Amino acid sequence: MSALAPEDAELLGRLRGGEEEAFATLVDRYQTALIRVATKYVRDPVAAADVAQETWIGFIDSLDRFEGRCSLQTWLFRILFNKAQSRVQRDRRIVPFSTLVSDETSASFSAVDPTRFTTGGDAAADGHWLSAPPSWKTDPSEILEQKDAVELVERAIGELPEAQGTVMILRDVEGWSSEEVCNALEITPTNQRVLLHRARTRVRRALSERYGDGT
Amino acid sequence: MTETQDEMSCKELVELVTDYVEGALSASDRDRFESHVSECPPCEEYLEQMKLTLRLTGELAEDAIDPMARDRLLAAFRDWKTG
Repeated sequence: MSALAPEDAELLGRLRGGEEEAFATLVDRYQTALIRVATKYVRDPVAAADVAQETWIGFIDSLDRFEGRCSLQTWLFRILFNKAQSRVQRDRRIVPFSTLVSDETSASFSAVDPTRFTTGGDAAADGHWLSAPPSWKTDPSEILEQKDAVELVERAIGELPEAQGTVMILRDVEGWSSEEVCNALEITPTNQRVLLHRARTRVRRALSERYGDGT
Repeated sequence: MTETQDEMSCKELVELVTDYVEGALSASDRDRFESHVSECPPCEEYLEQMKLTLRLTGELAEDAIDPMARDRLLAAFRDWKTG
């Protein structure tokens, strides 16, 4: 049974009818996201562009048999994950995405170094800042204007573990909803939030290393 | 069940900041979060820094598409249509 949203159904009809403009719209909408996510897996930008290319070819080839059980967006990104995995398979062991998710969500994690907080056994007084982290040296409005701040964020996302990076790219760079991310990655809302939290925290910390004391 | 009436600590707050921004906290935890932030300048700043991080991340979306790759894809689509 098809669960396609009306706009996806209409778009699919146009694609199947060979309407190039419909395909171009999709390419323009998703190409940068595909390359960005692929870069999390294959690391090298040229290989990532190849994976994106293979994804689109796979998408075109599957248009006639697509059954509409998920959105076109989810379908496209599932093809991407398959292509990225088979690319990765050639050079190193295969790690299924579900393993990445469970590894990355079960590893211990502290948003802030626990020694930055009070511990004395008094429950009411514990867990407060031992000393407040200093304010960032640069004003937020100025940071937002700085090209190298954006580049720093880009590098920090590049260094995130795969599943965390993928979730943060789709949510915070591409602006997907949590539901869309859960569907495309086949993960639970809770795991989606845990991955997102760890990712955002690490990227904030990278900024703090530059503008603050690295808290 | 957590004792939702307890005051939130700073250490707890930095772990709940994403759930807060995502609107995923229970009403009582959201109240604890907000009352902590209103009284704790360092935590208020931490929350603002997190929001700034998200705004900066949103700026990454502007990358241009490689026109040659785009042309190759459109050609592949045309081939599929005619093939």
